[in-house]
Amino acid sequence: MSEQQLFKVTIDNITIEVPAGTTILNAARQIGGDVTPPAMCYYSKLEGSGGKCRTCLVEVSKGSEKDPRPMPKLIASCRTTVMDGMEVKNITSEKVIDARAGVVEFLLLNHPLDCPICDQAGECHLQDLSYDHGKEGTRYEFERRTFKKHDIGPYIQLHMTRCILCYRCVYTADQLSKQRSHGVLDRGDHSQIATFIEKSLDNEFIGNVIDVCPVGALTDKTFRFKNRVWFLKPMDAHRDCPTCSGKVTLWNRGDEVYRVTARKDKWGEVEDWICNTCRFETKNASDWVIEGPREIDRHSVIAQGHYQGSVGMHTPTETFAAVNAGRAPHLLMDIHSVSEVNKDSSL
Amino acid sequence: MGVKLLLAKAHVEGIRGFDVYRREGGYQSVEKALKQMSPDSITEEVKKSGLRGRGGAGFPAGMKWSFIAKPEGVPRHLVCNADESEPGTFKDRYLMEFIPHLLIEGLIVSSFALNSNDTYIYIRGEYAWIVDILEDAINEAKANGFLGKNILGTGFDCEIHVHRGAGAYICGEETALIESLEGKRGNPRIKPPFPAIQGVWQRPTMVNNVETLASVVPIINMGGEEYAKIGVGKSTGTKLISACGNINKPGVYEIDMTISVEEFIYSDEYCGGIANGKKLKACIPGGSSVPILPANLLLKTAKGETRYMNYESLSDGGFASGSMMGSGGFIVLDEDQCIVRNTLSLARFYRHESCGQCSPCREGTGWMEKILHNIEYGKGKISDIDLLWDIQRKIEGNTICPLGDAAAWPVAAAIRHFRDEFEWHVNNPLEAQEKNYGLAHYADPIHVPVTA
Repeated sequence: MSEQQLFKVTIDNITIEVPAGTTILNAARQIGGDVTPPAMCYYSKLEGSGGKCRTCLVEVSKGSEKDPRPMPKLIASCRTTVMDGMEVKNITSEKVIDARAGVVEFLLLNHPLDCPICDQAGECHLQDLSYDHGKEGTRYEFERRTFKKHDIGPYIQLHMTRCILCYRCVYTADQLSKQRSHGVLDRGDHSQIATFIEKSLDNEFIGNVIDVCPVGALTDKTFRFKNRVWFLKPMDAHRDCPTCSGKVTLWNRGDEVYRVTARKDKWGEVEDWICNTCRFETKNASDWVIEGPREIDRHSVIAQGHYQGSVGMHTPTETFAAVNAGRAPHLLMDIHSVSEVNKDSSL
Repeated sequence: MGVKLLLAKAHVEGIRGFDVYRREGGYQSVEKALKQMSPDSITEEVKKSGLRGRGGAGFPAGMKWSFIAKPEGVPRHLVCNADESEPGTFKDRYLMEFIPHLLIEGLIVSSFALNSNDTYIYIRGEYAWIVDILEDAINEAKANGFLGKNILGTGFDCEIHVHRGAGAYICGEETALIESLEGKRGNPRIKPPFPAIQGVWQRPTMVNNVETLASVVPIINMGGEEYAKIGVGKSTGTKLISACGNINKPGVYEIDMTISVEEFIYSDEYCGGIANGKKLKACIPGGSSVPILPANLLLKTAKGETRYMNYESLSDGGFASGSMMGSGGFIVLDEDQCIVRNTLSLARFYRHESCGQCSPCREGTGWMEKILHNIEYGKGKISDIDLLWDIQRKIEGNTICPLGDAAAWPVAAAIRHFRDEFEWHVNNPLEAQEKNYGLAHYADPIHVPVTA
């Protein structure tokens, strides 16, 4: 094989060169910002994931240099690889905006919207997605679907009503454990994540399904209703763990460890899978070597920040004058001169 | 009397058995193909014949065959799609039930052309009794040396396995069928890669409909060029149509695609007219997922020309004023039928059969059914009609597999052509519970603007 071939791809008028075989979504992630389509089911660490939620649909306005025909339908950017000279429209395409708003509406159709009592609130991808791409109201006037409660063990809480059927947890169990004991049962709008006969999920790494779940369908029972995520301070920490890398994020309040999760990158994806012992059983601050505050980027209200500078928001340094070539803001209308409000009425 | 290629011998006594089938000229194409032809020349004949996939999409079969990858040392498979579950379509059932050897014969020739040593028939679970018929036919063919090792001394080995589905419409989609054949949940795969490159067990796989594979037999017997002379334009050969609904003679008919829709419905040779002397209101010409047409657009195109029973003519005018040949499930509705109710039952079907993998189809099909249910039972609002239109628009084209489109098209077409009937339902909720909208103006001649 010769050196890796580079393909030129243009996404929303920004051109980038990526290795052959890269998906459109990953190319867009290299550009970053608003150009990146949202992804609810795709997970770069899970083989075979993606293509299901349809939020990452994009328009291909030019197939490639060799075959410039546009693709007839919108395509799932997470599962389509780039071609040389491909031109992709994401937020510059009205069709995409329209279709994506439709997908968001579909995803929220049967979602209970119980964010106020949901542990995922604040780090929920569906919340982010609906803020970014959804409409303010729903046109759905029917009862939302519910499911029979299904207990899957002492560590993991399953809320099937919140599930968007991204299949990530199924792939996680498939690829991390030797024996997958849960999956998708039934078909269509009544399909559900469950074990066929009620049983607990039992595997050293099964806790990772909580981290991959984009919504509050799978949450940590040891953290249930204990705190809101945005009140906690995320800290990078590690320990010598015989089963996993031991590299985690601790979610503290004061010195108390409320929960342990894997470290997630800026796309909300786990960096290193962690074991159940680290996640559920190791909640003393003394068990961990704390490295420092966790950088929470882009994702969710947690970035509102509790430490100036290192986590979350940076105070913007540029002032209006700085970005306006030194000119002070031009006053369009001086309210004092046109309004009688401040005049002394006795005059 | 049109040409009959597939069903010509269907009424011969005992044709289901090997001996009678062989006496009537069966298995000649196997002898011809295996002894005198090369796999590539068979594919070439199929290409020349212009045979189009009979499962619904109408893609040229020979071209599809030429796409199959031929990596060194990897087995290839032919899979016969007998998961015929489209409401209104029952042509493959008839074919397999009455002349099973025709399918087996076509499968052997096609397996040879594609070099498939293990060929599968994926049959829907509800066709339980046909499985026995097919297996008997396979055993008979094997006993007579047409299947198994070293067929007719040519050195070609082929086994045919019958695999039963478990009752899912979605498994008729070729990649869902492949998943199901592998023993997994029948979810459609994301394409590419296409099955011709990576299909069953990651091997190159060709999935074809029962009727398509059976049509290979006359193509080999008479030659591709002769076959292409039957029919008209790109609609070559004969097509099985399963006619049902309010007609005098429902059943499976073989047509050569040159007759008009009007002739097909009213002639005594075919449907025999509308039952009980009623009038024609609407028709779904190609199985439940294709757009429904009102009587006036069914018999004449928007340009005022006669509509014929073939791929091009049925789709003349696009979706605005045309429909599709689809899988040949010809459903006729008379003046007493309610389009809203018909659309509701189709929407219920697609909701039930959606696999639930991708969100627009999973959520959208259920939503459409609920709204249609409201309209049908007198609780609808005028805004619901526009809402339905918007939902179907957001499902269509945005899903992994064509089931989303198939669910959206019937709703779209019903609103497009029968909007006033929907509005009547909404505006007269009590009356709509007791009587139907009736024929109204749906059979009136359409004004054709004169063009210079």
